[in-house]
Amino acid sequence: MTDKLHFSLVSPEKELFSGEVDSVTVPGSEGDFGVYPNHMPVMTTIRPGAISVMDGEAERRIYIMGGFADVTPEGLIILAEEAIELADLDVKQLAQDITDVNEDLRDADTEEKQEAASERLVYLQRLQSALNP
Amino acid sequence: MASLKEFRNRIDSVKSTQKITKAMQMVAAAKLRRAQESVENARPYAARMSAVVANLSNSMTEQLDAPKLLVGTGKTEIHLVVVASADRGLCGGFNSAIARRGREMISGLLRDGKQVKILCIGVKAHEQLRRFYDKQIIDVISLREHKHIDSTIAASIAARILQLFEAGEFDVCTLVFSKFINVMSQTPTAKVLIPATEGLSDHPEQPDLNGACYTYEPDEEEILQVLLPRNLTTQIFQALLENVAGEMGSKMTAMDNATRNAGEMIDKLTLQYNRKRQSMITTELIEIIAGAEAI
Repeated sequence: MTDKLHFSLVSPEKELFSGEVDSVTVPGSEGDFGVYPNHMPVMTTIRPGAISVMDGEAERRIYIMGGFADVTPEGLIILAEEAIELADLDVKQLAQDITDVNEDLRDADTEEKQEAASERLVYLQRLQSALNP
Repeated sequence: MASLKEFRNRIDSVKSTQKITKAMQMVAAAKLRRAQESVENARPYAARMSAVVANLSNSMTEQLDAPKLLVGTGKTEIHLVVVASADRGLCGGFNSAIARRGREMISGLLRDGKQVKILCIGVKAHEQLRRFYDKQIIDVISLREHKHIDSTIAASIAARILQLFEAGEFDVCTLVFSKFINVMSQTPTAKVLIPATEGLSDHPEQPDLNGACYTYEPDEEEILQVLLPRNLTTQIFQALLENVAGEMGSKMTAMDNATRNAGEMIDKLTLQYNRKRQSMITTELIEIIAGAEAI
């Protein structure tokens, strides 16, 4: 048995990550849980949130828009609907986007537009809160 | 016999056709590379998704209250056939092959006395199917406005199918699309989407749990409720990507053939043109010589 965890993160468009890591913390829909090597098999849904991938001293945080986590003896597979690397995010840009969407929300004249804007706002705010835990 | 000028015009027009087919071939080749990449990128997700569904369904199928999406309605009376083709022609037998596969299936189902409803994705399949089954076609979804296939398109198609299913409009849903094997060959394939257990037979891989028991969080039912619609979207998305790759591959081959044919035609016409020109020169010379001798 290896003492590394095989972790792969796939989204519908492509495989984002595949390799050996020490551990992964996953925001499950019933609470966060850490996955270490030789974890027992679990299948769970994920709520939108950041996963953190620990490998040695390095930590990668990736934001995930819901999906599934499947832990098997072979490792952990996360099927994400959308995934964004938090290190790639620009804090200032995000803050700017949020202000923009807020404006959109105020200016929205139809219900549809309003709905779209508020959805986007929730999404961006979630991203922001994931950035500043 | 056509005059020299007519020959020249024909050669010119074939030449410009050749330029067009050549350009189309190169565009298709470039698009093919991208499409192939996205098919390959999307495969792990679809494969994992199927594995997870297979895994879950094993523990669920014995239960009576298993989700209908997984085990079906228990009837097979009404079939929904989703035929996915390309939106553009000029790609060899690609669209016809898909339409033929769909038609074979539909006529088989009708012979067995089943009721059939058809949903077309891409206008080309619709054009070919409406001649035979105009009444059965319930809708056509065109992908022409979308430059790239992304999962939101698949999600909206899946939502549409789910809506029909929940309204009890059909019992079994089959997707007909073209599986991309390589540039030269695409196989039209029919895949059962609903009930989901039917489509799983080609993914027999089962993770070895070493005797450990799977834990589900929340319970199986809730996971399946989220997972099955996702799975439907994924299957459709994968099929659409395979279709795009297949279309481009087919188009590239077809345009390559067209370019070559145009080349052959130009050669043939040039030969005829030269012969004609030489024979005219000869005739003129004979006329001059005959004239000189007469004096």
